Amino acid sequence: MNLLRNILKSRIESGFYHALISNHYNSPLLAKTHASHSCVSRFESTKAKQHARLCNHEEEDCDLNNFQGLDFPGGRVAFTTQMKFISEYPEKRIPCYRVLDDDGYLVANSMYEQVNKETAVKMYENMVTLQVLDTIFYEAQRQGRLSFYLTSTGEEAINIATAAALMPDDVVLPQYREPGILLWRGFTVQEFANQCFGTKDDCGKGRQMPIHYGSKKLNYITVSSPIATQLPQAAGVAYSLKMDKKKACAVAFTGDGATSEGDFHAGLNFAAVMEAPVMFICRNNGWAISTPITEQFRSDGVVIKGQAYGIRSIRVDGNDALAVYSAIRAAREMVIREQRPILVEALTYRVGHHSTSDDSTKYRPPQEIDHWRTARSPLRRFRKWVQRNGWWTDREEDELRGRVRKQVLSAIQVAEKMEKPSLTELFSDVYHETPSILNEQEKSLRETIKRHPQDFPVDVPL
Amino acid sequence: MATVIMQGIGLASVFSSANCKILHPGSRRTLPERRVGFFVIRSDGSLPSVLNGDKNRRGGLTTNATKQEKATTSTASNPGHEVLLFEALREGLEEEMDRDPNVCVMGEDVGHYGGSYKVTKGLATKYGDLRVLDTPIAENSFTGMAIGAAMTGLRPIVEGMNMGFLLLAFNQISNNCGMLHYTSGGQFKIPVVIRGPGGVGKQLGAEHSQRLESYFQSIPGIQMVACSTPYNAKGLMKAAIRSDNPVILFEHVLLYNIKERIPDEEYILNLEEAEMVRKGEHATILTYSRMRYHVMQAAKTLVNKGYDPEVIDIRSLKPFDLHTIGNSVKKTHRVLIVEECMRTGGIGASLTASINENFHDYLDAPILCLSSQDVPTPYAGVLEEWTVVQPAQIVAAFEQLCQ
Repeated sequence: MNLLRNILKSRIESGFYHALISNHYNSPLLAKTHASHSCVSRFESTKAKQHARLCNHEEEDCDLNNFQGLDFPGGRVAFTTQMKFISEYPEKRIPCYRVLDDDGYLVANSMYEQVNKETAVKMYENMVTLQVLDTIFYEAQRQGRLSFYLTSTGEEAINIATAAALMPDDVVLPQYREPGILLWRGFTVQEFANQCFGTKDDCGKGRQMPIHYGSKKLNYITVSSPIATQLPQAAGVAYSLKMDKKKACAVAFTGDGATSEGDFHAGLNFAAVMEAPVMFICRNNGWAISTPITEQFRSDGVVIKGQAYGIRSIRVDGNDALAVYSAIRAAREMVIREQRPILVEALTYRVGHHSTSDDSTKYRPPQEIDHWRTARSPLRRFRKWVQRNGWWTDREEDELRGRVRKQVLSAIQVAEKMEKPSLTELFSDVYHETPSILNEQEKSLRETIKRHPQDFPVDVPL
Repeated sequence: MATVIMQGIGLASVFSSANCKILHPGSRRTLPERRVGFFVIRSDGSLPSVLNGDKNRRGGLTTNATKQEKATTSTASNPGHEVLLFEALREGLEEEMDRDPNVCVMGEDVGHYGGSYKVTKGLATKYGDLRVLDTPIAENSFTGMAIGAAMTGLRPIVEGMNMGFLLLAFNQISNNCGMLHYTSGGQFKIPVVIRGPGGVGKQLGAEHSQRLESYFQSIPGIQMVACSTPYNAKGLMKAAIRSDNPVILFEHVLLYNIKERIPDEEYILNLEEAEMVRKGEHATILTYSRMRYHVMQAAKTLVNKGYDPEVIDIRSLKPFDLHTIGNSVKKTHRVLIVEECMRTGGIGASLTASINENFHDYLDAPILCLSSQDVPTPYAGVLEEWTVVQPAQIVAAFEQLCQ
């Protein structure tokens, strides 16, 4: 039984590490935890009975030969005569996986996935592009050229490193602070501008607020404003992928605030029960508009909630691009091979305001914001590592920033001057084919416009 | 491919008001033809498109179950087979699942238990428990899940154990189901069917007697239909599954055991069409779902008293079939609406507004609308009975209308 105890111990304590050891799954006592189901049946949820949670390894008389347990629905459970409440907070917080230190040095004995020059440079370039894009669009809103904008400042590593670790077939369900995924997959700066300005070239046809991007081509589901609604939908996407037996997964993002929504609970529970290949990535950036995480939940962050649903989870330093990349790669592989959900909590900081409708200096000290913007910046850290490898220079940095800045400014100018979507787009796509009642309403609107042309905006084609 | 095959056994007389739609040849991933496969089409040979009002409804196979007073709509000339309404729903579901491997079902207890009203009985054994999926109790969640699955190519059918529970799914239905096709610029389509029993049952209590069509009717982007007979239940189920729009199919708790003889051949009904149940001259009665039976009962009494009511089962709750309704109003000039919804904000309220707006000049009298009171449905049997419109009230209202 020592074998069992040691396996349990290592499993619990080394969290992420153990998962990469495939021997573990051959333990006879932990049968069938890894079967990737190729048939449509999923009624193997009697795993609870087989799972070696038979006894707490700290119990004195944990002896399988003399097992005395209670046989309730859900599996056997050892009993104890000592009334002990489980503490509301773990003795030690779940440790955070990171690989690069604050100065971009690889920490000794780190376990990580090697990144080649091409990927690393592409990652860094995309992070810079995202940062420049955010800055300029934000300023454009401030100047009154855009109605609304929301930055991902401080979370560039999460955005880009995750994107780099996924495959194009993986379907992404964003919250709203993940435009970097689109950027990595090929969404152009002009396309970003088109959506924000709602021009006729916007693939969303000008119907949504700025930053509510979506692209079927790039497997990125259109952003929907209500929080956490994408979590149950992710289970559905994963279900669809499972039915199609695709080697891809669904990836759903949330923030820390969204974990309070009912949909978070339901979505994770569903994915676990359904054995759906979803990766849940929670960007814990410390703030939900003005609500700090101490007022959002009382648990040890979000990673600890994984086990409550029977979901494997990991906590990673969201500002460490290399760690994020490695973790997501490993998680993705497990999600697809084992057809089960995984929860990744990426700790980070929301450097920008919640959006252009918010001024976060009202509820947090400007020095704190500044500290995270400079000393703890994910770009700074990654850049140091990339440059030290001889893959990047200051000159290239200046050149990149100048180029991107020009690109973004020009995209904005082009988008500003572009025509808006035509009036027909007000009525199309409500249904698959436009019904007569909407045709009538369109006719009625057009008649009104004809009668009062001076009240109708000039840049909207009829 | 759209070859026209008409069998010579007077198909026209078999089916009620039936603007049956041709089975779309271009559907994605259709399986090879089933062995029983006569495609019933309209006699004018046209391929009706989904939501395009006027072109669809002229002529063709309009007939007449109006001749019969009973709910049954088929004649003895065609063998057909007798089914109960829940079996008809299951047949429709099974045929569609056979035809298209993307169709799947999810809901509470739909799998090995067979569904609370046995609509999915046997399907899990046949198609596996992934395709007929039992879900945990989280309506918002499995509706959201269906939406996610639909956006990535599946055609899910969500079963609410009772329509009232779908109030928990309102966020997903309103903000995502109805909207995402539009807000994504047409990139993502959501061909889900959300179905379940609603309406006032026999002493089920207020929370289980909800009429959700009132609350949902405003949501842009969804379609709503209500079935009332085994014949239209199967036809509407199939049509809803094939539609690329999100469709909410309202069934009624008390109608699952209605028996009727339905055709053996495959048929689909048009989602946006009303059903002419009884042709008449004096006044039009518009109704749907269970109230259809109360109306027909009242109609019997009215006929004995010498009146000639025209009864239309509107079936399509969103959008209204203003073509059929309009023609009827233009003929009779009087309208009585009989519904189960509450007086405030129900289907009757919208229908009244719609008819007044469009056909005001044709009305000889104000529209009369009989609905339930604005009260939660009481548990006590007698009280409950008094919240639902009864045949006697319909007779009285009709007489008043015709004065």
